[in-house]
Amino acid sequence: MQTLSGKASTDQAETGRTFAGVGVSPGRIIGSILLMPKPVREPAVGERLAEGTAPDDASAALRTAAKAVQTNLTARSAGASGAGREVLEATALMANDPMLVKAAVKLITNGASAERAIWDAAASVAEMLHNLGGYMAERATDVLDVRGRIVAELRGVPAPGIPYSDTPFILVGEDLAPADTATLDPAKVLALVTSSGGPQSHTAIIARALGLPAVVAAAGVDGLTDGTLVFVDGAAGTVRVDPGADEFALAKAWETTTAALAVFDGTGRLKDGHLVPLLSNVGGAKDAVKAAAAGAQGVGLLRTEFCFLERDTEPTIAEQVEAYRGVFDAFPGKKVVVRTLDAGADKPLPFLTDASEPNPALGVRGYRTDFTSPGVLERQLEAIAQAADGTEAQVWVMAPMISTAEEAKHFAGLCAAAGLTTPGVMVEVPSAALTAASILEHVNFVSLGTNDLTQYAMAADRQLGPLAALNTPWQPAVLQLIRLTVAGSRDEGHDKPVGVCGEAAADPALAVVLVGLGVSTLSMTARALSAVAAVLASVTLPEAQQLAALALTAHSATDARRLVREKLPILNTLGL
Amino acid sequence: MSERTAVIASRVGLHARPAGIFVAAVGELPLEVTIALAGEPAEDAMDASSILSIMSLGASNGDTVVLRADGEGADEALDSLVKILETDLDAE
Repeated sequence: MQTLSGKASTDQAETGRTFAGVGVSPGRIIGSILLMPKPVREPAVGERLAEGTAPDDASAALRTAAKAVQTNLTARSAGASGAGREVLEATALMANDPMLVKAAVKLITNGASAERAIWDAAASVAEMLHNLGGYMAERATDVLDVRGRIVAELRGVPAPGIPYSDTPFILVGEDLAPADTATLDPAKVLALVTSSGGPQSHTAIIARALGLPAVVAAAGVDGLTDGTLVFVDGAAGTVRVDPGADEFALAKAWETTTAALAVFDGTGRLKDGHLVPLLSNVGGAKDAVKAAAAGAQGVGLLRTEFCFLERDTEPTIAEQVEAYRGVFDAFPGKKVVVRTLDAGADKPLPFLTDASEPNPALGVRGYRTDFTSPGVLERQLEAIAQAADGTEAQVWVMAPMISTAEEAKHFAGLCAAAGLTTPGVMVEVPSAALTAASILEHVNFVSLGTNDLTQYAMAADRQLGPLAALNTPWQPAVLQLIRLTVAGSRDEGHDKPVGVCGEAAADPALAVVLVGLGVSTLSMTARALSAVAAVLASVTLPEAQQLAALALTAHSATDARRLVREKLPILNTLGL
Repeated sequence: MSERTAVIASRVGLHARPAGIFVAAVGELPLEVTIALAGEPAEDAMDASSILSIMSLGASNGDTVVLRADGEGADEALDSLVKILETDLDAE
């Protein structure tokens, strides 16, 4: 998808190459790039010391490398603060740990290469920590991280993970992993650009959560060299090398826009006064406090699994009550929609999910874990009820991955038994969209999870870069399923709310389409609230309905997006 | 051989930050120090300068551990380490 300048950009005299990808988080910014090093390749199993290398020399090289990694991590920890600093300090100690180094030296003495020796020694330590469970199991990842760094040091290649720099930079890589979120410093990273990944990839989700401009699936960008100056347009999805005067002006204008967009007055509405409550997606109390400060009108999606990722055992009811209470307390008098554990596929939980499924996205995940691990869901509902008791938040509960009205009925029964009065379900499986009327006879509301709905409707794995074009909620088929869900609610006859809590709600242009389709509330990352509110306020309900009709009948996702965006001049004014 | 016992005071037990502080202190000593849970045989004791060993020890708040070291200054060194273990490092 590499194109020459002029295609995506304006008639610039300056000739810079432009890479076209998919814009997943708006923003226009200029900066120099740093490439994310490729993951460290595993040394061959059983790799021996090279001919003529004495074990003593290899051991000395290993000790030097371990020491160098420790020094580097210690230096980095000095510049970090809080939890990040503690993690780096502990990791630095691990790098040169006597137990680890001694185990590796022993393997070298037996003839293993230095790289293979540290690889295996660290694997044993990581396994031991993993078997200890809980906090120790989490540290196993740190040992493996250190191992990668030592091997990179031995090979003389850059350390894996997000590169470190004193000055802010644009991060360019193939794709980011969930673990990279922890080490990504939003004060240092100006924008994210990846050659792979789709609109629903982790890179996209991280970028939107942090409010960083991002372009994914820009094939070829990882061929650029460190330090190259580029212009990134996270709305248009373009990356231009050697930006000219036009791009500098656009980047400057974006700075002004972000300042103006930083405010959301706390009431989502269209130009004609039609109310569209704007809520926030949160992963825990910390997020909830931030969302409340950003003006969110409640929580449309509390991802309870985020409180428990990396846990080996089911959290106790008391632990759960504490985690949920923190979120409820941030929204007194407001709606908080709690989604029950959504484990499986890209979010495995060892106590619930089977990692060996051949097809995890179509496997036992979400509500379905109740078939294989009965009891966990009931205990979670009990914890939610206990946490709700005595708070001022209006607590709603919904189950993920519901496929049939029968499942919705069963879930509603469990909620009633726990004393929870507002049960609902997520519509992520196309079958649920098609049978929304029957489903809504059993529950009080539905919430559309557009990320999964898109991957299932289009039969396209959301993590796969080559399928990025299929994997967008702008696909007319996905919009049809949303329309049918709203129609199902009308058929049911009690005007039960249909919300959207997927990434689609955070795209200001798509938000207009969703409202036009009849969606009643939108829930998104807190960062997107002000931009979505600003664009919604520029249209009336009939206008939104016309745009929805345009998108529904478009022949491609690209056409749908283009046709709608053309009718929303405010997007271009704001650089969204 | 000098020997001291200490009761772990940190609420999180002997890992995370408290373990890091302890290991750093051991690392500055010119001695080899071992650590074991009270009641475990001395030959199973772990290298106290290894954060990974300390973590695998799994000492929780209120557990008693035994420190051992040989050589000149061992008594004073162990006393200083006991002081670290018996302080709630997490609270500071």
